[in-house]
Amino acid sequence: MALLEVKNLGISFGGLRAVDNFNLTIEKGRLYGLIGPNGAGKTTVFNMLTGVYKPTDGTIFLDQNNITGKKTIEINKAGIARTFQNIRLFQDLSVLDNVKTGLHNQEKYSTAAAIFRLPVYFKVEKKMNEKAMELLKVFDLDQEAEILAENLPYGKQRKLEIARALATNPKLLLLDEPAAGMNPNETQELMKMIRFVRDKFDMTILLIEHDMKLVSGICEELTVLNFGQELAQGKSSDVLNNPLVIKAYLGE
Amino acid sequence: MNRMKKEFQKIASGYQKKLSRFSKPSQNLINTIGMVLLAFVIIQILGAAGALSFSFSNLLVGLCIYSIVAVGLNLCVGYLGELSLGHAAFMSVGAFSSALFSNMMQNVIPVAPIRFIFALLVGIFFSALFGFLIGIPVLRLNGDYLAIVTLAFGEIIKGLLNVFYVGMDKTGLHFAFIKDTTQMDSTGKMILDGAQGISGTQKVSNFTIGIILLILVLLVVTFLVNSRSGRAIMAIRDNRIAAESVGIDITKYKIIAFTISAAIAGVAGVLYSHYYSSLTANKFDYNTSILILVYVVLGGMANFRGSIIAAVVLTLLPEMLRGLSDYRMLIYAILLIIMMLLNWAPAALERREILVMKFKEKFSKKSKEV
Repeated sequence: MALLEVKNLGISFGGLRAVDNFNLTIEKGRLYGLIGPNGAGKTTVFNMLTGVYKPTDGTIFLDQNNITGKKTIEINKAGIARTFQNIRLFQDLSVLDNVKTGLHNQEKYSTAAAIFRLPVYFKVEKKMNEKAMELLKVFDLDQEAEILAENLPYGKQRKLEIARALATNPKLLLLDEPAAGMNPNETQELMKMIRFVRDKFDMTILLIEHDMKLVSGICEELTVLNFGQELAQGKSSDVLNNPLVIKAYLGE
Repeated sequence: MNRMKKEFQKIASGYQKKLSRFSKPSQNLINTIGMVLLAFVIIQILGAAGALSFSFSNLLVGLCIYSIVAVGLNLCVGYLGELSLGHAAFMSVGAFSSALFSNMMQNVIPVAPIRFIFALLVGIFFSALFGFLIGIPVLRLNGDYLAIVTLAFGEIIKGLLNVFYVGMDKTGLHFAFIKDTTQMDSTGKMILDGAQGISGTQKVSNFTIGIILLILVLLVVTFLVNSRSGRAIMAIRDNRIAAESVGIDITKYKIIAFTISAAIAGVAGVLYSHYYSSLTANKFDYNTSILILVYVVLGGMANFRGSIIAAVVLTLLPEMLRGLSDYRMLIYAILLIIMMLLNWAPAALERREILVMKFKEKFSKKSKEV
């Protein structure tokens, strides 16, 4: 059975039908792309998948668990992690602490254990540090571990956000326009990195992207949204040559 | 300019690594506690030499009280990122509950230090309880709205304490919200007399106890902040949506931070009620709350040492200016404005950073030559 199964998902804001009758099936280990013109409802879909918005109708199953309408933290615990279109780091925390915050539900001790500095605090903190540094090494951020996140250059902030998302040990990783604001070189590097993340962590990835080079380069399957409606779905090469899709992007 | 700033930060972090064997947070804690202990020792020596005036030595416990409550509020404002304008009320809860306890137990627990320890626990418990209960509705709000509601709760607590009467006689305790309805017999004694408050609590706390409590509070908050819970609290401050997306329970950690912050204000309250002979609820109004907030803002968000320094300076300042009589509060206000500017104007911040860098460069050259 597929890792993510979305059926008839829809949401209305007042009279506006932002997303309607949206279906999505992602097999484990896939790199899946969600594309569409501006305002098509892509981020709205992400927000429904992560519990920021409650869908008006439809169901979402992750690994056969019904996660429809659950809270963000429960969905994160169930195994969906995300990054944001406009980077949302914890700016005043160090790079290392950002990743350790991602480990919040992986390695635990109580507030009392922290205040009284019980042995469990030192044990778990050590483990957290090791895990976080390991992740930072993967993303080539280990040199910057002590720097405040806001002082990182843009490209590295994007990387850190992905590292933080991976720290929550997800089954499915959602990337919202990871290449936004990047130059072609950085985009190339990002493509490599996304593939690498998929292979190294055995991750399933769903990404929203405008950069067609990136989409056609790494996504195996695509869904195209237009005005909240599904326009096309299938193998990347087929979808990108679909006349309907070309029309939606370029006009008649 | 921005690039320069980043360069400086890089250099600064380099120095930090070279200079300290400890990690940065624990280094900070050691520095802060060192500063407090140094001040303590100096004052003790001056006191022994007889160089302290009576009015100054009377202020010392006040310095501890306001330092403690400023540190507590900084946890709420600087680390949780929520403005509380009602912290004086948590102080009063700690003060009144512990003073009631001490007065009730005067004969049951005759040893004053032991009674004080229990009173401290009672004060912490009740202020934490109030922080928790008020936190549940209040922390559903954000920013300005939260600030206004904490202000309202603060005034409610003050108002209730002003009409609260507690008396004790042979049969036990009597509570009432109208004085004549306490129904005590003739042997009864009023402990809490409404707006007159509590008077005659035995003076137990002193400067040493104040310093000990301040250091304990510093340990608690620093240990809290540098932990899993502390990171969660700061993550909520920095980006609520991102914090939720990594599975942090926003409500839980907001309430934890707010409750601990209220409990620390309670500690300051206990110190207060066991030092000053009279205790009235009107002392803990929104003026006091805002004064505490001024300490936190002047000392710097998320900077406990700064809170302590600001609390000490701004408590001493009006006393130092006493000679100016009528102009006292005017000069005080002007000095406050100047201090804020010198401390936090962006241009002043940059200038200061550059100066520190230059100083460090010179210092490192000298140490190399040696």
